[in-house]
Amino acid sequence: MEKVKLTIDNKLVEVEKGTTIYKAARQLGIDIPVLCYMNLEGLGIENKPGGCRICVVEVEGRRNLAPSCSTDCTEGMVVNTHSMRVINARRTVMEFILSDHPKDCLTCSKSGNCDLQNMAIKLGIREIPGQEYAAMSTYKMDFSPSLIRDLDKCIMCRRCEMMCNDFQTVGALSAFKRGFEAAVGPAFEMDIEDSTCTYCGQCVAVCPTGALTEKDHTREVINALSDPTKTVIVQTAPAVRAALGEEFGLEPGTLVTGKMVAALRRLGFNYVFDTDFAADLTIMEEGTELLGRLTKHLSGDKEVKLPILTSCCPAWVNFFENNFPEMKDIPSTARSPQQMFGSIAKTYFADKIKVKREDLIVISIMPCLAKKYEAQRDEFKVNGNPDVDFSLSTRELAHLIKQANLDLKSLPDEDFDKPLGESTGAAVIFGVTGGVIEAAVRTAYELHTGKKLARIEFEQLRGMEAIRKATIDFNGTPINIGIAHGLGNARKLLEDIKAGKSEFHAIEIMSCPGGCIGGGGQPLHHSDSSILTARTKAIYAEDEGKTIRKSHENPYIIKLYEEFLGKPMSEKAHHLLHTHYFDRSRKIEIS
Amino acid sequence: MSRIKVKIKEKDLNTIKEICKSFNNEQGELINVLHKTQEHFGYLPAEIQEVIAKELEMSVAKVYGVVTFYSFFTMKPKGRFPISICTGTACYVRGAENVLGEFKRQLNIEVGETTSDGKFSLSCLRCVGACGLAPVVQVGDKTYGRVSPEGVKDILAEYNDK
Repeated sequence: MEKVKLTIDNKLVEVEKGTTIYKAARQLGIDIPVLCYMNLEGLGIENKPGGCRICVVEVEGRRNLAPSCSTDCTEGMVVNTHSMRVINARRTVMEFILSDHPKDCLTCSKSGNCDLQNMAIKLGIREIPGQEYAAMSTYKMDFSPSLIRDLDKCIMCRRCEMMCNDFQTVGALSAFKRGFEAAVGPAFEMDIEDSTCTYCGQCVAVCPTGALTEKDHTREVINALSDPTKTVIVQTAPAVRAALGEEFGLEPGTLVTGKMVAALRRLGFNYVFDTDFAADLTIMEEGTELLGRLTKHLSGDKEVKLPILTSCCPAWVNFFENNFPEMKDIPSTARSPQQMFGSIAKTYFADKIKVKREDLIVISIMPCLAKKYEAQRDEFKVNGNPDVDFSLSTRELAHLIKQANLDLKSLPDEDFDKPLGESTGAAVIFGVTGGVIEAAVRTAYELHTGKKLARIEFEQLRGMEAIRKATIDFNGTPINIGIAHGLGNARKLLEDIKAGKSEFHAIEIMSCPGGCIGGGGQPLHHSDSSILTARTKAIYAEDEGKTIRKSHENPYIIKLYEEFLGKPMSEKAHHLLHTHYFDRSRKIEIS
Repeated sequence: MSRIKVKIKEKDLNTIKEICKSFNNEQGELINVLHKTQEHFGYLPAEIQEVIAKELEMSVAKVYGVVTFYSFFTMKPKGRFPISICTGTACYVRGAENVLGEFKRQLNIEVGETTSDGKFSLSCLRCVGACGLAPVVQVGDKTYGRVSPEGVKDILAEYNDK
């Protein structure tokens, strides 16, 4: 690889040809401020439209300042990242951006967590000259079940567009128009609800301002908790415990399972349960379905649909309903853990505590925004009453805890309630890419072979590579497993299936980078992918710390089948724990 | 979630498909496809963009992004006599803004709109290369130079019986 030598702020550095000034500066420990630029290292996710010009630097011999995020280093280049000219230019750029940005920071949901606000602080902006001449562009607010778009706050960094198109290949968002009228949104400026949006929330996860935020349901939860006639229970998804601490200043990767339970109990939830319980239940149903299809396939049945695809991720479900409706009989029919939990809570558990369905409120805490949409799907309602009443993101839970003046860090570690709070290590790893399929393999292997696994960690299923393949030996039968995170990567595997080229028996798909730990409802990573790695480690650590690490060994799951469901895939299980999918593709019809 | 159904006449659908095919259904040819399609239909309504997106296997949001970025493309049908007012630098300083205002007033439409009888539409363009004639107005293929607000009425009158 050809190298070039250059000087940045009087320091000599040698980099590979093709390296940008921004990256070369980082090698020297110089952090040039960036706004539109975003790089999730190790995940192949980079946004460098060179649009905002905050990152300009002075290059000797060049007339104009150069955007460091998108200018390559050349031999002998002399760069100054903080000359007075640079500082002035950055301030001017910032003032221009702010001249067309609302000033309602006090009540903005991103306040205190906003890249634009942080940049204004960093650059010491105290006034916005010429504001009386500036046009203030305004747009219609767009509300959907999962996310809210307030384009008045859009600064055209186009990070959301990159995530939606390049990473997810969803194509719901694009930049449109130009000048003051320019913003990012769906075709014809239709509501996001009418677009091909999957509600994965990755646009929200990377938005540097309050232009894209979750639909906040904390008010509804407070109202439910204040109603003495209601029994309010809560379930928490695996990925939440590995990230919630970040909102309270703890190091990324700090597990706060016990403290989270304590906080929820103090918020007034009558029972604090765990979505992990339902994840174990998912493995029982999905694993049995996988084995059923496999057995048929191995005995020569040509009709059986393989590979089986996981169905836990609601954005992924939306994605294939939108784009691959002809394949809607391939994914597992198992509902997601959130919905399995809701269904069991409002039948089995409601009966146990003798509370009527309509008096039981089920709240879920999810790392995800698509879960909000999933919770209000018609097929998950009984007489109009949803199995899961409201879904909060990890961020919303943090807001609730702060509002209640609870100091998460100093709370004691407490345990989940029984019976829907008991879970295994297999359930915890649902929170990371590869985890669901590893959990399924742990159970399917033992049920299929009748043997105990000597080692239950399947390292070959782990990691951050976009698409992973592994072959697991099921007692002489090789089972090919595929894993993808990110819908663009999922699309590749789906195209292979469509073309009849797929070699897999089972495929796990998660929409978000790294799986649920990188979900659209998680604390903002502010473009630092090491946070995702830290969360992943935390999830595997939680698994290792569990006494029971295989779903079929969860005593409360065994009891649930004995007392209520019969056996996996029974008629009752089918009714309560499985679902069906719809064709939601855009249709062009002849009029 | 998408649940919109696009309706289009079979003849139009086939025309668009043929245009896309003539550019090998390549995404990189989007602008050329849009040019040809607008040439044929006169404008690019939503349903036409939906079909183009499907044929080129790209998102309709991207197609819309391109259509709204370039002022040449229009989503509204143009009039039989499209009026373009140059608002380039030379024309602007010589009073194009007032000429434009007069056209708006006489026709009772805004820039980008078409009169209800479908006769005239109004748009702005940047420099036709005839700065010596500023301010310049084009109606269809015909160019008018040194137009004043007072002259607008006469220009429109030329199309009275057409």
